[in-house]
Amino acid sequence: MASGYETPSEYISHHLSNLKITVGEGGFWTVNIDTVIMSWLLGLVGLGAFWLVARGATTGVPGKLQSFIEMMVEFVDNTVKDVFPGDRKFLAPLALTIFVWVFMFNAMDLLPIDWVATVTGALGLHNWKAVPSTDLSATFAMSFTVFFLTLFFSFKAKGVGGFFHELFTAPFGGHPALWIPNLVLNIIELLAKPISLGMRLFGNMYAGELVFMLLGLLGMIASLSMGGLVAGAAAGVLTWAWAVFHILIIILQAFIFMVLSAVYIAMAHEHH
Amino acid sequence: MAQYIALVQGYMAFGIGLIIGLGALGACIGIGIMGSKFLESAARQPELIPQLQKFMFLLAGLIDAAFLIGVGIAMFFGFANPLLSAVK
Repeated sequence: MASGYETPSEYISHHLSNLKITVGEGGFWTVNIDTVIMSWLLGLVGLGAFWLVARGATTGVPGKLQSFIEMMVEFVDNTVKDVFPGDRKFLAPLALTIFVWVFMFNAMDLLPIDWVATVTGALGLHNWKAVPSTDLSATFAMSFTVFFLTLFFSFKAKGVGGFFHELFTAPFGGHPALWIPNLVLNIIELLAKPISLGMRLFGNMYAGELVFMLLGLLGMIASLSMGGLVAGAAAGVLTWAWAVFHILIIILQAFIFMVLSAVYIAMAHEHH
Repeated sequence: MAQYIALVQGYMAFGIGLIIGLGALGACIGIGIMGSKFLESAARQPELIPQLQKFMFLLAGLIDAAFLIGVGIAMFFGFANPLLSAVK
């Protein structure tokens, strides 16, 4: 696999860049087409599996797949119930979708990047990144969607006028001199939530993928010398250990994304 | 010209080390404090351990967030340094 790459940094920057297509003028209209295709495929597979099981569900003794799906649904439902005591007919399915979809994104990180690169290279696509959550566009898309949902529910719960009233008068008070500090604090709070949500997922997955690549580079020198052999063996062990740790991180980050989305939408229903 | 590149790269290496090191320092101290409180309360009320464990994992992810964002940014500067391409 070291053939075809001139230097280690070329290997890494080749694997860290997305496949882009341009649909218009300028940088804004450059689409990371690999992220788009991967996220659609993973959505179809992950959520389609849930839909298929729900269609053929039995009330008798359930099979293994149905029990697993029921466990997941109950887990998400209990988590949302803890966070939001109101009517969760919309929030719990949203949380389940977020959890399953983000987990499928993250799980792609366990595929060896060189295998993915060989397969997609044979199809003629270079720079194909298999993990959509290592693309800032994908994670920000999800977190800003949650942000717009938060705004929508705020409008629904407090009314548009009530929302703007609260924007200027919470948390310090209604005196006109406090309007600017209130507004500044509220805008910072409103913006910090989606940005931190998106960046947390991106940072975790990007760093994880980068460590895999660096350990792979360490293993590439195994064929060169005796010291290289030791380094190669160390790289193998470290890669295994990091992969095991990463399995925990994958599930944890999907869970955190789901819980925080539910908490933000629940907080939008509150009045002051 | 090579001197400018060397300057940028030298300072960048230092900067990357600081970002990752200080971030790790903060994250580890945070997890240590949280973990010690969790163990204390688990010893006081063992029947609450499942609930507390759920919150502990959530908090661990939140504490690691800023550190891992820093690692991502530092790695980005390590391999696709925009400051370096400006000099070039």
